[in-house]
Amino acid sequence: MIINQKVSDILKAKFPGVVIPSEEQHNDYIQIYPEKWNEIAKFIKTESELKFDSCQCITGVDLGIEEGLEVRYNFHSMKLKHKIEIRIAVERKKPSIPSVEQVWRGADWLEREVYDMYGIRFKGHRDLRRMLLPDDWKGWPLRKDYKTPKIYNGMKVPKVRKGWD
Amino acid sequence: MGFLEDRFDDNIITAKLDQILSWARSTSAWYFQFGLACCAIEMMATAASRHDLERIGMMPRSSPRQADVMIVAGTVTLKMATRVIKLYDQMADPKYVISMGSCANSGGPYSRQGYHVLKGVDQIIPVDVYVPGCPPRPESLIEGLLKLQDKIRKERPLTKKK
Ligand code: SF4
Repeated sequence: MIINQKVSDILKAKFPGVVIPSEEQHNDYIQIYPEKWNEIAKFIKTESELKFDSCQCITGVDLGIEEGLEVRYNFHSMKLKHKIEIRIAVERKKPSIPSVEQVWRGADWLEREVYDMYGIRFKGHRDLRRMLLPDDWKGWPLRKDYKTPKIYNGMKVPKVRKGWD
Repeated sequence: MGFLEDRFDDNIITAKLDQILSWARSTSAWYFQFGLACCAIEMMATAASRHDLERIGMMPRSSPRQADVMIVAGTVTLKMATRVIKLYDQMADPKYVISMGSCANSGGPYSRQGYHVLKGVDQIIPVDVYVPGCPPRPESLIEGLLKLQDKIRKERPLTKKK
C-alpha cells in the first residue's frame, strides 16, 4: 500500500494534525478528521502527485449503537491510475460533515443516498433531499437503532403477516 | 342454443349476448404494460415472440385507461404502492389484477426484513389471480392468464345479480 503512505505523508505535511494515526501497519485506507475535509478534498483533487479526479463511491457505515457513524469515500485517479479510501467518523447525534458535492459533481447523488439511509447531513450540499425513499418517510433505515414502521400512509407493514408460519 | 339452432348457415353462431360479451372480454384482455422489478423481465419474455401472448389475445397497452388487466410484476415498495393505487383507479371497469411473483403475493424475499416493501399487493387492491414463483416462468404466467380468462368467461355482465 505505497499510495496510502504517500497520500498520508502529503496530507500530514500540508494539513498537520488532520490524519488520525493508526497502529496498524498495512492500512488500505486513511482516517481523517472531518473539520477541514472540504479543503482537503479540493487539495487531493488538484495536487499534481495525487490528482484524484474521480469520486467512485461514497458509503455510510453504522459501526454499532455505542460507536458512531462513518462515511467512506473511494477515489480514483484516471491520470495516475491509483486509488484510495478515505474514512471520516461522525457522531450519532446530529451527524454532519462538509459536502464535497461541488468538488466532484458525481458525489451529488451519492451524498444524497447516504443522507437518505443514515441521516448524515452534508453541509454545503445544494440539494440535500431524500434519494430513494419517499419524501415523507420518517427515520433513517440503515441505522442499527432503526425501528420498522408499523404503518405508512395507511398501508400496514406487518413484520409477520397473519397466517404465516 | 334453443330453437334458433341449426336454422342458419354454418358460419353463423347463435348465443346469448351475455355470453358473447364475456367471451369477447376474455379473449381481448389487454394488459397494462408496467413492471416493478425482476419479474417484469419474465413478463417481457412472455410477451415476446417465443411465448407470444398475442396468440391468446393479450397485448400490452401503455396507458391504464386502455387496459383491462394489470399485471403487478415485481416488488411493490411502499413508495410505488401509492402509485399502484393511483394507476389502478385510472383503469376503466371492468378491470382485473394479476399478482405475479412472490413479492407481489406476499412480500417474497422482503417479507421479513424489508422495511420498505408492502407485504402483498392484495392489501391495497383486489387481486384476481396469484401466480407463484420467484420469478414465475412464462409458462406459469400464461397459466395464470388462462385462469383469468376462465374467470372472465364465467362472468355474466348483463344478468342481474340476485
Ligand atoms: S418475486 Fe422474485 S423475481 Fe419477482 S420481483 Fe420478487 S424477487 Fe424479483
